Amino acid sequence: MTKHARPPTRNKSPYPYWLYLPAGAVFLLIFLVPTGLAFYFSLTRWTLFDSTFVGLDNFRDFLAEQNLRVGFQNTLFYAVVTSGLKVVLGLGLGVLLTGRMRLRGFLRAVVFFPVLVSTVAVGITFSALLRPDTGLVNKALAVVGVSGPDWLGDATTALLSVGLVDVWAGVGLATVIYIAGILSIPTDYYQAVAVDGGTAWHRFRHVTLPLSWPATYSVIILSLIGGLRSFEFVWTMTRGGPGFSSDVIASIIYKQYQAGFFGLSTAGNVLLFLIVTALVLPLNHFLGKRQVT
Amino acid sequence: MRSLKRAGAEGIALILATVVFLVPFSFMILTAVKDDVQSADLDFAWPANWPIVANFIEVIEARDHILLRAFVNSIILTVASVTLIVIAGAMAAFVLQRRPGRVGAVANFLVLTGLIVPPAVVPTIWLLQAIGLFKTLPGLVLVEVAFGLAYAMLLFRAFIAAIPRELDQAAMIDGCGGLSLFFRVIFPLLRPVTITVILTSSVKVFNDFVNPLYFLPGDDNATVQVTLYNFQSQYSTQWNLLFMDIVLITIPPLLAFVFFNRKIVAGMTAGSIKG
Repeated sequence: MTKHARPPTRNKSPYPYWLYLPAGAVFLLIFLVPTGLAFYFSLTRWTLFDSTFVGLDNFRDFLAEQNLRVGFQNTLFYAVVTSGLKVVLGLGLGVLLTGRMRLRGFLRAVVFFPVLVSTVAVGITFSALLRPDTGLVNKALAVVGVSGPDWLGDATTALLSVGLVDVWAGVGLATVIYIAGILSIPTDYYQAVAVDGGTAWHRFRHVTLPLSWPATYSVIILSLIGGLRSFEFVWTMTRGGPGFSSDVIASIIYKQYQAGFFGLSTAGNVLLFLIVTALVLPLNHFLGKRQVT
Repeated sequence: MRSLKRAGAEGIALILATVVFLVPFSFMILTAVKDDVQSADLDFAWPANWPIVANFIEVIEARDHILLRAFVNSIILTVASVTLIVIAGAMAAFVLQRRPGRVGAVANFLVLTGLIVPPAVVPTIWLLQAIGLFKTLPGLVLVEVAFGLAYAMLLFRAFIAAIPRELDQAAMIDGCGGLSLFFRVIFPLLRPVTITVILTSSVKVFNDFVNPLYFLPGDDNATVQVTLYNFQSQYSTQWNLLFMDIVLITIPPLLAFVFFNRKIVAGMTAGSIKG
């Protein structure tokens, strides 16, 4: 192999900054520049070809119009409910799947696999399963004498149903994060509880729960970021309907984009940006302080 | 007595988990192999006929073989994006890990930004249009790379931290520096984490629906996810074909899962715990 030109100039770092170049260029051009532009274009009426400055009109519309404002409440509700359920169910499944039981490996695989299936596929499947009369869920409920609601077609249950499907698809990731967290707890702690004659509840309450804190932290942050941005499940199952009852900010952004209101759509993007950073950064700071590792 | 009760509770949990997670998948497969009359019932009944091959061919041939073209598009998209993510991400993560300082601090902040901040959609479209890449596959590749880099860098950085710097110094004495140090010495050592990044990014890009929807609209260059979404309205009466389509596009991630389960799980949890 031919060597480079001989005296390798001494004061040059072996870690030149231009190694950042490919990644930095793409990230700057496709991510940072549009994010910066968004702040300007959100203040305009915009047709992609020309834009007129309208000040804060777009934001006022977002906060004043009922069918846009509902997106905020829904986004927050969706993010909080899905994160909460992923923490609770993920922890439960994590404990269950680290215990001594047969079929443990099989169950882990079964719970995790939905994470890898496309959201469109999951959305379509559950739209079929959740149909009011013919859907499997309501047929199963009818067997035990309950008449199930029109899950996705009723304004009161639509968003919650979408959220539950999101949990179904995403709880596998929370579970494997908890499994990793629980397995990293030194067994000494459990032995200490056993010496003191503690019950399974003691083991959970005083060892597993506090020491799997880093996992809880990850699951909360991850599912909150995902939940606030959530679009795919809403769009494939209800498209924000019935009416605007299950619209979230991300689906409103898409609808306004489709309708050609580019400034308004971008204002939605800026609002989403503000909400995500306003929630995630303080939470990251606050939760991070309690993190052990 | 207590152990009996425990076994009972575990049994119930086991049955519940199996029902909740396996029933939807069995439903997908059962519906995909039924004839169109029976599939309209959307129930869990055993197929009366098994027109598997007929359904398969009909889905493939639908609308002038759009599914095949979509598969080709998705594969090109996935391979190109993941290749760029791996090379550009590993290079950047290497400098980031090895050279702290003001530039490193900025880069760290940008990685965090990339993980948290939701992308600004319409301005990105505007920008892609300005450089002539809107509605093109290369444009979508760049989008996937830009949105996927931060996560890949997180995994690479953690792995590079475990490679001793003495190795770099030895290579420098041999006259390696910069690019050759990275590609001849460091990059081959990253193999395990590279495989993990390839797997997790491939699954993410292949399953992506939002970005193709925004940045690559139109039937000609649709990806499999968008095709599936469009089939939903088109096949409202032919559930067997819709679900055959679902089964077909679930096969690639299923194969990845069967062969690399551990690697995928490791990648996803490692990234998240550090994140």
